[in-house]
Amino acid sequence: MTHAVAHDTSTGLDNRKMAFWLFIGSECLLFGSLIATYLVYEGRSISGPTTHEILNIPLTSISTFDLLMSSLAMVLALAAVARGDKLWSRVWLATTALLGSMFLGFQAYEFTHFVREGLTLQVNLFGSTFFVLTGFHGGHVFVGVMWLLTLLFRSFQGKLGPDKALNVEIAGLYWHFVDVVWIVIFTVVYLIQRQ
Amino acid sequence: MATSVAAHVPAAAAARRSGIWSWITTTDHKRIGILYGVTAFMFFLLGGLEALIIRAQLASPNNTLVDADTYNQLFTMHGTTMIFLAVMPLSAAFFNYIIPLQIGARDVAFPRLNAFSYWVFLFGGLFINASFLFGAAPDGGWFGYANLTSKAYSPGLNIDFWVLGLQILGIASLAAGFNFVVTIINMRAPGMKLMRMPVFTWMALVTQFIVITAFPVITIALVFLMFDRFFGTNFYNVTAGGDLLLWQHLFWLFGHPEVYILILPTMGMVSEVLPTFSRKPLFGYAVVVYSGVLIAIMGWGVWSHHMFATGLGPIADSVFGATTMLIAIPTGVKIFNWIATMWGGRIQLKAPMLFAIGFIAMFIIGGLSGVMHSSPPSDLQQTDTYFVVAHIHYVLVGGAIMGIFAAIYYWWPKVFGRMLHDGMGKAHWGFMLLGMNLSFFPMHFIGLLGMPRRIYRYDTALGLDTLNLVASIGAFILGASFLIFIFNVFWTRKRGQLAGKNPWNAATLEWAISSPPPVYNFSVLPTVSSRLPLWTEHGVSEIPDVPPEPVHVPGGTIWPILTAAGILAIAGGAIMHTLWIVLAGALFMVFSIYRWAFEPFEV
Repeated sequence: MTHAVAHDTSTGLDNRKMAFWLFIGSECLLFGSLIATYLVYEGRSISGPTTHEILNIPLTSISTFDLLMSSLAMVLALAAVARGDKLWSRVWLATTALLGSMFLGFQAYEFTHFVREGLTLQVNLFGSTFFVLTGFHGGHVFVGVMWLLTLLFRSFQGKLGPDKALNVEIAGLYWHFVDVVWIVIFTVVYLIQRQ
Repeated sequence: MATSVAAHVPAAAAARRSGIWSWITTTDHKRIGILYGVTAFMFFLLGGLEALIIRAQLASPNNTLVDADTYNQLFTMHGTTMIFLAVMPLSAAFFNYIIPLQIGARDVAFPRLNAFSYWVFLFGGLFINASFLFGAAPDGGWFGYANLTSKAYSPGLNIDFWVLGLQILGIASLAAGFNFVVTIINMRAPGMKLMRMPVFTWMALVTQFIVITAFPVITIALVFLMFDRFFGTNFYNVTAGGDLLLWQHLFWLFGHPEVYILILPTMGMVSEVLPTFSRKPLFGYAVVVYSGVLIAIMGWGVWSHHMFATGLGPIADSVFGATTMLIAIPTGVKIFNWIATMWGGRIQLKAPMLFAIGFIAMFIIGGLSGVMHSSPPSDLQQTDTYFVVAHIHYVLVGGAIMGIFAAIYYWWPKVFGRMLHDGMGKAHWGFMLLGMNLSFFPMHFIGLLGMPRRIYRYDTALGLDTLNLVASIGAFILGASFLIFIFNVFWTRKRGQLAGKNPWNAATLEWAISSPPPVYNFSVLPTVSSRLPLWTEHGVSEIPDVPPEPVHVPGGTIWPILTAAGILAIAGGAIMHTLWIVLAGALFMVFSIYRWAFEPFEV
């Protein structure tokens, strides 16, 4: 096994962390394009169910709260790893992954429910934009859950000591970003509906 | 073994680092640079061949060399190939090879990600060109306007290859973008402040920022198209209320910054060549740098000038016309800086310098016709005519390709240790300049006299037979000029003059080390105290020929290429509409990523 080589960087910022911030910047434009498209097409569907007929704000508020709490758990997980607390780093990593999975469960329920109500990818513009936008976000959450489970697995292997806190911090950056994107999507798609 | 230590004896290191396997698993930025260069040059020849078939078809009226379908595939693949598979990766070749040397680093920030970028680029290029084997090359133009690309109007595999291939290539560009921004910002040698960096490195930094912001936009546009074609969504479906301008906006929101992705690296290259062969520092270094940054920022506010013909209304037309005229200002500033660099210098007209001067002259012509399009009433006369073809070829052949060849002649001795023959280089330059002007200058008239582009034949009643023939002759001269270059390369391998460290007496850091550089680049990390380290007394600390202590060099790894292969399998499965291949490819990709993440590897 290799040990972490200390590299002096020109800015003092770790290379991986800087790369990850750039990645997040790039992701902003990815989601920005998706959200902009959703807004452009909102209210332009010719047929089929649209926003206020089908979106369930109370239910999605619960899943939004669930995802927000997962960010809190993520912060606690990083703190536990950084101070070398094995038990609590495992507890909080598992909690974060669990809350993320629950969010995905909510989404799976929502999607199947919508399809039963007649809203599919193909039926109208709302279906296309809604499923692709929220599906893209759900895909990101799924990747995040896999990442968290990998970290949890490493922790059980005893390979997630305080020297690896940066790995958890970067996973955390990703997780918080995905969370923030959801807050935007929840606001734009669910809360502010065009009549 | 994933890590190794370069021995004091270079021969021992060289022995372990030869053979095909060592190239497949390499993480050395210099080798990856060479791989990029060779691959991109092959695609460049392929794209050139497509252009020559187009010009052969248009050499005489009502020609029957190719039919309309083939012609559509030829101009689509010519554009796609030249932009994504030739000019961009040729610039990437120099980013890879030169940037770490210019900033005094031993490699890029993420050597394995760098290898990954190359393999994804190669596989993406092969994938999109494999369409020719099925007789179904993309045929919707490099811009792929909706709804020409929708399943209803293009039911074949053509557009599937295009939409999947471009997404693969986007992954390569994005990965390289993150890598190079971090490398340039974070891996500089002590004393290499941002405002001491060579202009080429500066322009590369600016370019990579454009890449990481522009490519997500086209990725989403392509994802929409892919969903429309594969899953029946309605993004570009007019009957469901979709708006075709959505594609145009997303595409050009990417497409115009893309223009600067193509040209800014070249502007950096000639900013290295011109001072070296004028024997004086670049005039107004800071202004050249800031102009580049300004071009990148303003490049985000001009995209709709590609869409004047769609009728956006007077306000949008005026705004985008004005921003387009404004962006000519920083571009003009750079041109005056280059001319002022030559002014009063002791100019040496070697081949790289001739290409750099040719770049300035040709780019001015292309820039002037570009400003003409910025006025909507004028643009409406020129849209979809050969006038626009003339414009893009002056900026991309006369600009980007000329500049890239300036860089090839300039840095060849650094990369291969031998000088390309200067006389042959000058002949290449002369024929290239003659061929491109003969080919592209008449197109201004052909266009203004009313010949539309992308039409596979024309009638003699149009009265443009002679001009078209001249353009075709010019194209073949242009194509033949590259044969001189290829001959020069083979000649140089055996008989080229040995270069030594600094054959041009240039000022920047890459010329302080041997040619070709040792695998570890710098025997000790240099300390820089000047913008022109080799033209300043004590501009850089001493770099001994033999490392005083063993240097750690990252070893090879197989996982980047296997991860890239997984991506290729996903695309292959998608084109065959076979779910299990897609899933198997995805699983293999994830497996490779995990192996990559957990293999012992020190940078």
